[in-house]
Amino acid sequence: MTETREVIAEFVGVERHYEMGTTIVRALDGVSVRIRRGEYIAIMGRSGSGKSTMLNLLGCLDRPTAGEYVLGGKRVSELSDDELSVLRGKTIGFIFQSFNLIPQLTVLENLEVPLFYQGRVGAESRRKAEQLATRVGLDGRLDHKPMELSGGQQQRVAIARALMNDPLFLLADEATGNLDSRTEAEILSLLDELHGEGVTVVMVTHNERVARHAERTIWLRDGKVERIVENLDRVDTYTGGAHSGVAQPSVGAAGEEAR
Amino acid sequence: MISELMRIVRLGIKSLLLHKLRSFLTMLGLLFGVAAVIGMLAIGEGASFEALQRIKALGSTNIIIRSQKPPQTQESTSADVFNAVSYGLTYRDADRIASVVREAELVVQVREKPAEMRQGPYWVSSIVLGTEPEFLRVSNMRMREGRWLTPTDLVRQKNVAVLGATLAETLFPLDDPLDQTVRVDADRYRVVGVLDELGRASGSVGPPLDACMFIPLTTSRARFGDETTTTSGGSFSRERVELHEIRVRLREIDQVIPAANVLRTLIDDAHRSQNDVVITVPLELLREAEESKRLWNFMLGCMAGISLLVGGIGIMNVMLATVTERTREIGIRRALGAKKSHIVRQFVVETGVLSAIGGLAGVGVGIGFPFLIERLFGKPTITLPEHVILAFGISAAVGVAFGIYPAWRAANMDPVEALRHE
Repeated sequence: MTETREVIAEFVGVERHYEMGTTIVRALDGVSVRIRRGEYIAIMGRSGSGKSTMLNLLGCLDRPTAGEYVLGGKRVSELSDDELSVLRGKTIGFIFQSFNLIPQLTVLENLEVPLFYQGRVGAESRRKAEQLATRVGLDGRLDHKPMELSGGQQQRVAIARALMNDPLFLLADEATGNLDSRTEAEILSLLDELHGEGVTVVMVTHNERVARHAERTIWLRDGKVERIVENLDRVDTYTGGAHSGVAQPSVGAAGEEAR
Repeated sequence: MISELMRIVRLGIKSLLLHKLRSFLTMLGLLFGVAAVIGMLAIGEGASFEALQRIKALGSTNIIIRSQKPPQTQESTSADVFNAVSYGLTYRDADRIASVVREAELVVQVREKPAEMRQGPYWVSSIVLGTEPEFLRVSNMRMREGRWLTPTDLVRQKNVAVLGATLAETLFPLDDPLDQTVRVDADRYRVVGVLDELGRASGSVGPPLDACMFIPLTTSRARFGDETTTTSGGSFSRERVELHEIRVRLREIDQVIPAANVLRTLIDDAHRSQNDVVITVPLELLREAEESKRLWNFMLGCMAGISLLVGGIGIMNVMLATVTERTREIGIRRALGAKKSHIVRQFVVETGVLSAIGGLAGVGVGIGFPFLIERLFGKPTITLPEHVILAFGISAAVGVAFGIYPAWRAANMDPVEALRHE
C-alpha cells in the first residue's frame, strides 16, 4: 500500500472507559490507527474486543475518555455536541446491520435526510438522491416505503444514503449481518465497486469471509490492537471480477475529486 | 427556511399518520377542550346578554319605586274585612320625591288595576295601567301606530287607551285597533295608539307592559278609585293603594346611586319602615349582573383551563410514548447529522401540528355547538370571535408547552444507546 495517501482520520492512543458500578471497563485501551483516503479497512475481533466502541468513536457518536481522535483535521474531543453533529453529518456515511431506514419516509425522503440536516433541501438534494439511487441499482423505487423493499434493497438505500453527504469514509457496521449469502455477495460487491471508484470504506465485522474484501484488517482484542494484517488474498469483485474495466458513472468518486 | 419548515410539518403529519387512531384520540382531548370553552362562553355570553338587556330596558338612569303589600298584613283577619288595608306609595310621596330629588328629570306616577278587557267576542284579564305622558320616555317604549297619551288626555280625564303589543294582538286579531273601543267594566275606551313590542325586557320589574292597557292617570283614578276589592277563595279583601309605582329618571348616570340613597331615606321616613315599598335601581342590578358575569367568565376560564390542561397531559403522554417508540429513529437522525435542536424542533412541530388540528376541529365543533343549543333549547347564545381565538390560542400553547418536555427527552438521548434500541 502506498503510504503517501492523505490521512483522513487518526486514533492516537485512544481510550474509552465505561463505569460499571464500581469497576471501570476499558473498552478501548490505547488504540492508535490511521485511516487514509481510499483505503478499505476491516475491523475485526470477537465480541467484547472493543469493535463497537471503536465504531462509535470513529462515527463521532461517542468521545474518547483519553487519547485523541482527529477527523478531517479536527480534534473530536474539543468539539461541542452541535459541532460534533455537524462534523458527523458532513464526514461520516453510516451503514448499519439493520439498515436503519426511517419507516414512515419514502426511499427518496430517507436519502434526503443527511442533506436536510445540513440545510440543503430542494432540487439539489433530490437530484443527488436520484443519481445515487440509480448508482446503487434502485431505479424507480424512490417512492416506495422501506417495508416494501427486500433486505438487500434496503441496504442499497442505506448505502446510497451514506453517500449523500460525500463522506470522508463509509462506516459499515456488520453491513451484511442481516442478509442471506447471495445478497451479502451483492452488497459486498457494491462496496468493492465504490471502493474501486475511490470511496474510503471502514467496516466492522466478525465475519472473516466479509473482511477478506478489505485491503487491511485491524484485529482488536481486549480493547487493544492485536495485529494489523494486509489482505494479500483479498477478494475484489471490482478489479478482479466481471465488473473490471466497466466504467460506471461514479458519483462517489466525483465527490472525492471535487473535495 | 419556509420550505424547510413546510417539510418538517409535512413529515410531522406523516409521522402522526403512522398511528392514526392514537393521534386522533389525542386530538379529541383538545377538540373537546376547545369546543367546551367556546360553547360554554357562548352560552354564558348569551345568558348574561339577555339579563343585561332586560336591565338596560329598565333604563340605567331610572329608579323604580314600587308599592308592595307589607308582610304583616298579608294574613288578613276577619276584623279587617270592613276596613281597607292601606299601604304603598301615595300622591304625597310623588310630590315629595319631585321636590327633594332635584336631579330628577322625570317623576312618573303609575296606577295599576287588574281588570277584564273586552272587545267584541274577545276578552282577556290583564292590567289597566294609569299613567302620565312621560311614562313612554322612562319605560323606553316606542309607538307602533297612533299616538301616546297627551297632557290634554289627563286634564280632561279622557277615556282613551294605548294598547301593549300582545294585548292589541289578543283583542284585535283581525282588525286595526285604532279608533276601536275596548270595554272595561261598564266603561268604553277609544284606542288611540298601539305600542311596539318590548319582548324579553317586558315585565322584569312590575307588570308585563306588552300585555297592559295604558290610560291617563286621572282617568284611572276617576274610574277605579283608590280602593280595590279582590275576592279569592270565598273571602274578600279591600286594599287602598294610591300609587303602585313611581318611576324616577335622572339626568346623569352619576346621580343614580346618590339619588337612590336619598330616596331610600325619604321612603323609610315617610313609611316608618313599614316595608311596603321596594326600590329597584337598574344601575345597581346592572353592576351586579356585570360582576356576576365576570365571576362566571372567570369560572368558565378555570374550567376551560382544566379541560385544556387535561388535553395537554394527554398530548404529553402520547408524545412520551412516541418518543420512546421512535428512539431508534432519533438515533438514526443523530447519526446522520441531526443536532439536538433539530430533534427538538421535529417533535415540537409534531405536537404543534397535533394540537393545531385538534384545536381547529374544536373551533368547528365549538361554533356549531351553540347553534344546536339555540335550536334545541331556545337559549340565546353569542359566540364572540375573541373567545374563539382565545380557545384556539390556549390549546395551541398548551400543545406546544406539553410537547417540549418529550422533545427535550428525545434530543438528549445518547445516540449510541438510541441506535441500539430495539
